[in-house]
Amino acid sequence: MSLNSQDISRIANLARLELTPQESERMLSQINGFFDIVEKMRAVDTTGVEPLPHPVATVQEVALRLREDVANPAIDREANQQSAPAIERGLFLVPKVIE
Amino acid sequence: MTQLHDLTVAQLAQKLKAREVSAVEAAGHFLGRVKAQADLGAFLATNEDATLAQARAADARIAAGEAAPLLGVPIAHKDIFVTQDFPSTAGSKMLEAYRSPFDATVVSKLAEAGAVSLGKLNCDEFAMGSSNENSAYQVVKNPWDKSRIPGGSSGGSAVAVAARLAPAVTGTDTGGSIRQPASFCGITGIKPTYGRASRYGMIAFASSLDQAGPMARTAEDCALLLSALCGPDLDRDSTSLDVPAEDFTRGLDGSVAGLRIGVPKEFFGPGLSDDVRSALEGALKQYEALGARIVEVSLPRTELAIPVYYIIAPAEASSNLSRFDGVKFGHRARQYGDLLDMYKKTRAEGFGDEVKRRIMIGTYVLSHGYYDAYYLQAQKIRRMIADDFQQAFKQCDLIAGPVAPSVAWKLGEHGNDPLADYLADIFTLPGSLAGLPGMSIPAGFGVGGMPVGLQLIGNYLQEGRLLNAAHKFQQATDHHLRQPEGF
Repeated sequence: MSLNSQDISRIANLARLELTPQESERMLSQINGFFDIVEKMRAVDTTGVEPLPHPVATVQEVALRLREDVANPAIDREANQQSAPAIERGLFLVPKVIE
Repeated sequence: MTQLHDLTVAQLAQKLKAREVSAVEAAGHFLGRVKAQADLGAFLATNEDATLAQARAADARIAAGEAAPLLGVPIAHKDIFVTQDFPSTAGSKMLEAYRSPFDATVVSKLAEAGAVSLGKLNCDEFAMGSSNENSAYQVVKNPWDKSRIPGGSSGGSAVAVAARLAPAVTGTDTGGSIRQPASFCGITGIKPTYGRASRYGMIAFASSLDQAGPMARTAEDCALLLSALCGPDLDRDSTSLDVPAEDFTRGLDGSVAGLRIGVPKEFFGPGLSDDVRSALEGALKQYEALGARIVEVSLPRTELAIPVYYIIAPAEASSNLSRFDGVKFGHRARQYGDLLDMYKKTRAEGFGDEVKRRIMIGTYVLSHGYYDAYYLQAQKIRRMIADDFQQAFKQCDLIAGPVAPSVAWKLGEHGNDPLADYLADIFTLPGSLAGLPGMSIPAGFGVGGMPVGLQLIGNYLQEGRLLNAAHKFQQATDHHLRQPEGF
């Protein structure tokens, strides 16, 4: 299988990336080169094989650990927002989204 | 006279404990070396005030009679770990101005053990790369030959140790990023079993693969650091193993007589360069001389590890890196229209080529209609790769082989061909996908006098056995004692 420039543009949109025409062209050739290697993998018969999404499962039972659903007083809003590009009164500012 | 930077961690810790040298002196000595060797590009940030304050605190703990294992020992951290005292950029322009409100668990555990932080080490952007040419800030040069790469993504970490800018450092390994730069720079590095070291505060690349570990000159030093940085972190890291911390220095003097070392035939095929093959054959002979038994094993899906890894890791990266949207932290584009335009321009400006490429691959393989064919298929083969290791471990106690098919290549040699880098990861990827512990130890020298590493892979939670085997090898050889000229 081979991607074309429309595919690259669609994926870039999904990935929230703006690519220059030169970048798109380079990306197209590099990604197609990559998928040539991937074809080998697609040919493998994996019927009946359980996927291994996480290596922890090979050592101990994977159970999602959830903390108590209570407010954590240790969370410091000011410290967490110190690297935000734009904040106002403890809120993140973004461009207008509602007309 | 032996200088401070010639000492191993174990030797330096001893001198600090005996108060023959103070932590402030040690920190000052290494900070001076970091400054003098700035052209290597190994460090991204130092903060002399913070380092010396930590050193003074360590001296106070020593004076109070405390006996923490790394008390006063200077170390440096890969810039993928967040730190309060230093910037945390992950080698990316996206995080140029980022300051973390907390320390990564690995950083705080080493600080508890008494280590003094010298600063942050250069790495490939978001730990994506095998050459350390993908840092947004500066190229890192290999001290054995400055025209060559140090390996990646923990290239700054490996160079700091090889050039004696720090006695030991932290690194992270997703597909080989501790083992490969350790091999290329002639040092020792270990990636523990996935989940043994907390990922809390490690800027995430591929969550099911990323693992922290130490890099130093000797296996003994790696054992000291690993003992400090491992341990459960169940409240903060949902992928942390519920396995108690261990003192890995305790088993170092065990014998390797009778140890069965498996050599996968697929690791010694035609893709391996002659100089690396010859160095490794010498290392295996050395193990035989120590009483170990070499047995041939098979890892039949070795070649498949490349496509499987380069599907899974980008898929996870595309998800993890979606947090960089110009809203909560990091870079935001100056000029944009609406919110979507802000996201796209911010990410276009903030990410480098390799990161964009992996986000694109990951987005594609997770997109509607392609998930089963690529991502799910890759996870199934991942299971088969993990099973192959378990088959092999029925015949052997640990596995040995090359870390990379060649010695470190020239800077820019792979130019615009990322596939060349991907293919060079073939021997480290299988162990990463399975989540197994692995290490690289200096095993000889190849073309151009460049170091060659021997990879040792253990079964789950067998870090102690790996470190013991590595230590015994280092007691019988001097490859790890050689140092690049001028350092």
